[in-house]
Order: sequence, then C-alpha cells, then structure tokens
Amino acid sequence: MSVALVPRKPARRSLPIPLLLFVVSILLYAGVALGTHSPEQLGVDGLVGLLQRTVALGIVALGQTFAILCGSIDLSVGTLISVAAVLASFIMDGRPAMMVPAVLAVLTLSVVVGLINGLVIARLRVSPLIATLGLGLIMQGVLSANFNNFAGSVPPAFQAVAYGTIGPLPWSVLALLVLTLASSWLLRQTRFGAHLYAVGGNAAGARLAGIRTDRVTIQAHVLCSLMAGLSGLYLASRLRSGAPWIGRDGVYDLESIAVVVIGGTLLSGGRGGVWGTIAGVLLFAVLDSLFNMLGVPAFPKQILRGAIVIAAVALYAARTRRHVA
Amino acid sequence: MTIALKEPRSRINAGDMLRHINIGMLIFAVLYAAVALRQPSYIEPAGFLNFLRRAAPLAILASGQLFVLVAGGFDLSMGSVVTLTVIGASMLTGGDPAMTWSTIACLYAIGLGVGLINGVAVAYLKVPSIIATLGTLLSVNGVAMMWSGGSPRGYLPDNFRMFGRFVFRDVPVIGTFPLSVVILMIVVALAGWGLHGTVFGRRVFAIGDNPRAAELAGVRVDLTRIAAFVLSGLAAVTAGILLGGFGGVSTDVGAGLELQAIAACVIGGAKLMGGRGSIIGVVAGALSLFALFTLLNLVGLPQALRDTAQGLILISAVASGAYRQRRDG
Repeated sequence: MSVALVPRKPARRSLPIPLLLFVVSILLYAGVALGTHSPEQLGVDGLVGLLQRTVALGIVALGQTFAILCGSIDLSVGTLISVAAVLASFIMDGRPAMMVPAVLAVLTLSVVVGLINGLVIARLRVSPLIATLGLGLIMQGVLSANFNNFAGSVPPAFQAVAYGTIGPLPWSVLALLVLTLASSWLLRQTRFGAHLYAVGGNAAGARLAGIRTDRVTIQAHVLCSLMAGLSGLYLASRLRSGAPWIGRDGVYDLESIAVVVIGGTLLSGGRGGVWGTIAGVLLFAVLDSLFNMLGVPAFPKQILRGAIVIAAVALYAARTRRHVA
Repeated sequence: MTIALKEPRSRINAGDMLRHINIGMLIFAVLYAAVALRQPSYIEPAGFLNFLRRAAPLAILASGQLFVLVAGGFDLSMGSVVTLTVIGASMLTGGDPAMTWSTIACLYAIGLGVGLINGVAVAYLKVPSIIATLGTLLSVNGVAMMWSGGSPRGYLPDNFRMFGRFVFRDVPVIGTFPLSVVILMIVVALAGWGLHGTVFGRRVFAIGDNPRAAELAGVRVDLTRIAAFVLSGLAAVTAGILLGGFGGVSTDVGAGLELQAIAACVIGGAKLMGGRGSIIGVVAGALSLFALFTLLNLVGLPQALRDTAQGLILISAVASGAYRQRRDG
C-alpha cells in the first residue's frame, strides 16, 4: 500500500467562477461605458438602473438554483410568473385594501404549484423536465383562456415594491440581496442544504444514507415556485399590472436555467451555489446594458445573446472530459 | 457481439401483447375514435388522409427529434429552424417559381448548418444540449427576424406551396392522396431504417444509453452525436417546407413546435436522457397529439386550452409509462 503514502498533488484550483464572472462583468461594463463616451452610465443612476435589471431574473434564478442543485429542473417558472402577476393585479384591482389578500393568494398558489411539481416528480417518477413543462402548459392554457390582456391594476402603494428606494438604492435590489444571503445560508449552514447537495450529487447514495430524498426534492421545488411567485409580484408592481404573456416574453424559464449553468452549477445537480447564479444574472444585465450603449438593434442583439449563452457555458465546460448530452 | 444487441424473443400471448403495446398507439386510437364520433367524415379515407396531411409536419419533426432524444440530448432549436425555413423560402424565392428548387437546396444547407452548430457545441464544447440548442433557438429566431426585417412580406410561389397542398386525384380505391402524406411516409421509412436498421442507429442508442461504454466499444461518440443533431435540423427544414404550403409567411409559424415534437416523442414511449424510443411509437405520439388538438377544435374549446390538454396528456403518458416500468420491474 505504498501508493497511499505518496503525497497527493494538491488539486489545482482555478479562480472561483462567481468571482470571475463578477470581475468580467464589471470590467466589461466600465470599459464599454468609457469607450462609448457615456460616463453617466457609471454614475449612481446608471448603476442603479443596471442593478434594477437584475431583480426579476435574479429572484427566479435563485429558485431555479435550488431545483437544479437537487438534480431536478423547473420549466414552469415562466408561466408561474405570468400567473402570479395576473392573479395579484386581478385581485388588487387598484384597491390598496386587497394588497395583503392578493400577496397571500399568490404565495399560496406558488406553494401549491411547487408541491404538485415535487410530488409528480418524486412520487409519480415523472422526469422533472416533463412534469414541470406539463404543469407549465396546463397553467398557461388556463391563464390564456381567461385573460388576453392586462388584467386589473396594482394600487400605487404596491408599486412601491418596484419603485420605492432607500437612499439611492431601490428596495427591490436590497430584497434580491437579502434573498441571496438567505439562500446562501440555507445551502451552506442548514441540514436541508446539505441534504440538497447530497440528493443532487447521488440520489441513491443519499437515500441509503438515510435522507428522505423525496422530501428534499419536494422542498426544493416549493422554494423554486415561491421565488417565481415573488418575481411575478415584483413584475406586477413594476409594470403596474399583470398580463398573461410577461413570463413567456421574458423567457424566464430558459434564461434562469442558462444563468444558473453559467454561474457554475452543474446541470446534473450536486455542485454549485447561488453566488455564481447571481454573478450570471449580473453578466446578463451588463450585456443588455452594453447592447444599449453600443446601439445594437433588437434582432442582432438576439442573435448575439444566443451565441453568448453557448460561449459562456463553453468557456469552462469545454475542459471536461466527461460526455455531455 | 451481435448477439448481445438482439432483443430476447418474447413469448407471444395476449397479456404480453397488451403490456408491450405502444402507449402512443393506444392513446391515438382512443382520441381518433373520439374525433370520428364527433365528426364522422374522419372515418372515410379522404378524411383520414387529410388528417394525416395536416399532422405530417409534427410527425416529421418528432421523427427528427427522436434521434437527438435517443442519443440523450434535446433539440430545442427545431421550432426556430421551421420559422427560418418559411421566412427564408419567401425571401429567397421572392415569389419566383423558377427559384424554388435552388431555394430548397439552400434551406437544407441552413438546416445542416444549424444541426452542425448544435452538434459541435454539445460534442466538442461540452455545452449541455438543453443550453446549446436554447442558444441556437434565440440566434436562429434573431436571424429570421433580421432577414425579414421583423415584418415578413412576400409570398411563396405555388410550386413551393405544392409540397404542403398538392393532392393526387383519381387514385384507385381511396380516391385522393395528398403529396405531404407521401413525404411523411418517405421520411418515416428513412428514419425508421436509419434508427432501427443500421449500425448508425445502434450507435445512437448506445451513446444515449451509456456514452462511456459506447466509447470503449469503439463508437465515435462525437460524430454520432453531431449526426443526430444534423438529422434533426434536416427534419425541421422538411417540416418547415410543408408548413409553408399550409399557411402564410409569419415569424411565429414554428413557435412552440419543438416542445410539441418532444411531447410527441415522450407520448410515443421515448425516454428522456436517452437509450429508448421507436419511430413508430413517436409517429403514433405525434398523431395522438394532433388528434387531441383536432378534438379540442371540434368540441369548440378555446384555442388556449390546447396547451392545458397537451400538458395533461404529457404528464399522464409519462406517469403511466413510469408506473408500467416499475410494475414490470
């Protein structure tokens, strides 16, 4: 057993992905802002505008991180965002008194959607892609059959969610920061977090170690749906009303998956974290701002965006020796 | 090594037959019976052939998607390739019938290119296909929008639209026969032969089941994977050419078709993450989905509830499949 005595070479650690993404985003943003002679983008207003772009996608992507870490995925978040926004603005209908019931209704619905997703995946053994895609289609159909345009409106008091500020900083950006810290704590410091990584890394092993894998999967999906519901509430506040296409137009389901993967979380689960996700969201927001500053028209912007999604993941995925399908 | 690849011959009795019958066929039979009850003309050959004519693009898309699914991936870019095909056809022909054949060659080259990009991104850049094809979906849609300037104009020449609309008349016994059904039959025969009758098909199954084992057995995993994406891209162009004959030129002809194609595959018994699926099952799945849409139309439900019905049938098909698999061990 002399082999065991040979000191193992310390694993080469590359720069952590979240930090790398943050640095790249900031350098890109500053560089282009200076290069295009638009220094106002580096002022308080410009930066706050940039941060505000991260909120809607950031909140959903946090939830998606939980789903992906446990080896699942959630394709229903885009539709749930639409449902949450429409439901909130429909119940409120401009009346401040209905704010609390509307928020409670949205959160309850989100929990129910998460429970259904989790139960169908864990108990009926339906592939997560199909289960969440199916539930998303079911919700989108019911929503579009009943609403075809902006429904109701949110009272000015509720618009404060998106437009209120503390000093120069919007509440919503702070809320995203708090949610990120809370998610990071959940993943790093709690038993639930440890179980989540275990299930995502090796579900059979986790079960043999005594972890109730079904329950972890269901909890992850409830968290994911809750985040999507919150993002829907934010969008209703920002747009002052909810429409049945806002989730689809934002491509929140696929974009949230893209930023999670760009942030270094393995699509097969078990490795990654929320800081990478937030860094990925920031990168997307920076790219959006860059296209605006450089005056790239809408369609070429879309072409570039697709290429960037592939390139960003390829940058570090290309080194793996594993087979990827 | 050939022995290991052959499936064990199963005893033939009624119980086994029932157990192994493709769930897609069963669903199609039930749904089509419901359609026919509502609208008896669907039982006649002409009615059935017309149904097949309109279902052909979906069945062709699903056949192409199956190669990628069996290899363990996804192709989310199919719908955008369909859109690009229809937009590209109107821009390239400019309404000139003489341009039709060169345009078709050009469109297939585009489909080949998109398939190659998808395949290379997955096989060499190691980008998971769900992300890679999402990227090409965004880009290809962007190209289609840019090419048409956002508001498509122009029209397709009649000899291009023929592929979707032409019907052979005076056919003995059945009376009429749509050209698109002939194309469907050719595509299905080719796909079935390619997937179930060739060494290439065996390799696709092998890399979907266990890529590492396939590699050790000498399969070029990268090339096989790229070929699967290319076939999917070519199928999308074929479906786009047929759809161009059905309706007008618009930027949302292909929207959502990739999900319908995946749904058709899954209803037809294909396994996500690879290794299982059959062309016949997938065609049955596509016909089921289309019969469901037809039924919803006949019953007069709002168009939007199509999505809801599609979601329900998707989850129940997969859940029942998973249940059958657990019961049978």
